[in-house]
Amino acid sequence: MLAVRHLDAYYGRAHILADLSLAVGTGEVVVLLGRNGAGKSTTLKCIMGLVRAAGGEIEFAGRRIERMEPYEIAGLGLGYVPEDRRIFTELTVMENLEVGRQAPRAGAPAWTPERLFSLFPNLAEMTDRPGGRISGGEQQMLTIARTLMGNPSCILLDEPSEGLAPVIVDQMAAAIRSLKAEGLSVLLSEQNLHFATEVSDRAYIIEKGRIRFAGTMAALAANEDVRAQYLAV
Amino acid sequence: MLSSFFIQTLNGLASASTLFLVAVGLSLIFGVTRIVNFAHGALYMLGLYAAYSLIERLGVTPLGFWGGIAGAALAVAVVGALIEMLILRRIYHVPELFQLLATFALTLVIKDAVLWAWGAEDLLGPRAPGLRGSVELFGKPFPQYDLALIAIGPAVLGALWLLLNRTRWGTLVRAATQDREMVGALGVNQKWLFTGVFALGAFLAGLGGALQIPREPAQLFLDLAAISDAFVVVVVGGLGSIPGAFLAAVIIGLIKAYCVGVGTVELFGTTFAFSKLTLVAEFIVMAIVLVLRPQGLLGRPHGLQRVAAAHVEQPLRPAGRALRSAAIVGLAALAALPLATTGYTLVLMIDILVFALFAASLHFLMGPGGMVSFGHAAYLGLGAYGAGLLLKAAGWPMEAALIAAPLVAAAGAAVFGWFCVRLSGVYLAMLTLAFAQIAWSIVFQWDAFTGGSNGIVGVWPAPWLAPRPAYYLLALALCGGAIWLLRRMLFAPFGYALRAGRDSPLRADAIGIDVRRVQWAGFVVAGACAGLAGGLYAFSKGSISPDSTMAVSRSIDALVMVLLGGVQTLSGPVVGAALFTWLQDLVARGTDYWRAVLGGAILVLVLAFPQGIVGALRAWSGAREQR
Repeated sequence: MLAVRHLDAYYGRAHILADLSLAVGTGEVVVLLGRNGAGKSTTLKCIMGLVRAAGGEIEFAGRRIERMEPYEIAGLGLGYVPEDRRIFTELTVMENLEVGRQAPRAGAPAWTPERLFSLFPNLAEMTDRPGGRISGGEQQMLTIARTLMGNPSCILLDEPSEGLAPVIVDQMAAAIRSLKAEGLSVLLSEQNLHFATEVSDRAYIIEKGRIRFAGTMAALAANEDVRAQYLAV
Repeated sequence: MLSSFFIQTLNGLASASTLFLVAVGLSLIFGVTRIVNFAHGALYMLGLYAAYSLIERLGVTPLGFWGGIAGAALAVAVVGALIEMLILRRIYHVPELFQLLATFALTLVIKDAVLWAWGAEDLLGPRAPGLRGSVELFGKPFPQYDLALIAIGPAVLGALWLLLNRTRWGTLVRAATQDREMVGALGVNQKWLFTGVFALGAFLAGLGGALQIPREPAQLFLDLAAISDAFVVVVVGGLGSIPGAFLAAVIIGLIKAYCVGVGTVELFGTTFAFSKLTLVAEFIVMAIVLVLRPQGLLGRPHGLQRVAAAHVEQPLRPAGRALRSAAIVGLAALAALPLATTGYTLVLMIDILVFALFAASLHFLMGPGGMVSFGHAAYLGLGAYGAGLLLKAAGWPMEAALIAAPLVAAAGAAVFGWFCVRLSGVYLAMLTLAFAQIAWSIVFQWDAFTGGSNGIVGVWPAPWLAPRPAYYLLALALCGGAIWLLRRMLFAPFGYALRAGRDSPLRADAIGIDVRRVQWAGFVVAGACAGLAGGLYAFSKGSISPDSTMAVSRSIDALVMVLLGGVQTLSGPVVGAALFTWLQDLVARGTDYWRAVLGGAILVLVLAFPQGIVGALRAWSGAREQR
């Protein structure tokens, strides 16, 4: 579904990603784990075309996308959910969904506002409220729902559990599991190992822009050294 | 009395409709693309000319008239779309000032295109069939057409509201206004969204111009007049706010109409001509609004727009040995120039020196100070008029008048700057424009003291400076010295504080720098240097007028010089001033269409070297070093 090979990226002269490779299979949930500043968000932004890769290849749905514009990448069915949510605060909840709406796509689940409201029931009660006047948890749900309106076959989720109350984190985990059940592929970045373990099939650990570990969640659970070295605070 | 009040109210509302149409397009374009479209006034003017020709072609029937107006607006929309696709699309990623420079260059090109197609004569269009007469209102006749205009403004406001709030396109536009990168990541091709918005904005400007056809003749100066009105309305209403633009248009339209209505009044024993206030009333309103409510009447506090990649300024580097030796050799060569020629070259060189200092002083404010001034000519003018008036009216010797020039300008800069440093970004720039316009219109209208539009003549240097080589050497010494001083100041603690305040006002405040005070001092220094340039300019020409020293176009010249050279380079403004002055002189003597040539040259430069010429040279030599 999604394959990243030997990715390099810079901010100015700072080398952010170095020779980074990863892959996400169809219907798989893969987590990119790492500390603050390790390069998780940059990896997702690079895949989405929001940060230009300096080198390497990115392949999605059989197409090379590393030179494409973000809107073209989204058009191929790759959805992006930013870490800082980036809700259109002056648009209503319904209008936010409208901005994300794209035509249905073969091989991907098709979404309507009604179906999304059953996934995120809180949103159903506030369709006319401006996006800036809903809680952080509701904004997190809205930003995922907005991306799903584009009927993607794979989504990039940047730290979906960040800054959320525990009960909302549980809801988020449930939502991701039901997305997987719909057949969606997911690449998420996380710092919360517990949350990641609940939803993911496989994990990559990234530090200083390099992949340091790749394996199943079970393998990661068994490898205490890796967890202590790269994830412990 | 009361009936004339009502009539003036209606007059005000009629002009408010036109103001609104021009301003709302500007606001929309800025909201989505973040481009301050300086060419908006030119599009307005184009609409007026296009309507004239279309109606002439179609015949003055109701269908021909209204069809001509609609056709003109559509034609301008097409021009707008082409401008966006061919030029602006390539420069969305460059610093916003270069976008401004590009749209300014477009203004020049459009003006000459209009001159070429329609000639320099004023063209008076027909009156609207069916609306030629007037109706009796409050016992006075009132033009029917103006009543129609009054209705058109709110109708367009309503239509725009529906378009933006009830269509998918409108929803996307509003989303892009807030975060265009995210809209792209959601699969929307922003390019066509931007083209559409630009075309819509151009359509509204064209419509505003076309609707003026029965009210005022098509003239070539309308572009600058319309753009400065539109800027004021947009800033007063709040950048990006459509209802704000309407409210501001109504307020400004009414105030201008009342100023005309009140006419000349005896106040405290002196006659005061309110009608003369129309030139400056809107700028006074803008200055008041900006000071009291910087984001405009209905605007939201700025800083909400997400900037895709924060623009980080490179640190300035002191001159290396090579550059220093080059500067000394260059200065020596310049000092020796009178040995080679005393002819026209020397006249041109004096101009170049004066404008190099003028541009360097603006650069000091813009680059290291981070405060863009759209009204820097105010200080050039204050210096020129200060020197001229002290010489002619106060009878001072020329030397003393020249020394006083920078002091007069510094005093003006201290007053204007005190208000300006309370704002930042586009708002600050607009306030500087407002003050410059106020200063200009005072000089323009105060016939008894400043000579009004005729200006002051006979401002000649003292006999020992009268020979051209002597005056040239004086200009070289003063301009060179002042530019060196400006440069030196940037590497003094004051310069560090100024740059710290630009890069991070909050952090600079936190380490104990009084940012406003430092910026204020920066304003005064820049004003003084511009004033010195103004004094030198006055004595080199022998006469001064409001338009040659204080007009908006002078301020823009200075901006163009700085941007041509590159904002974040120290030698940029000098190179830019020399190139601009030389080009202008060369082209103006060679062709009637010098504006188009100049505009075309600026466009090519902006598209090819978005960091300015010196910036591009540096990047080029840097790349070679790295290899």
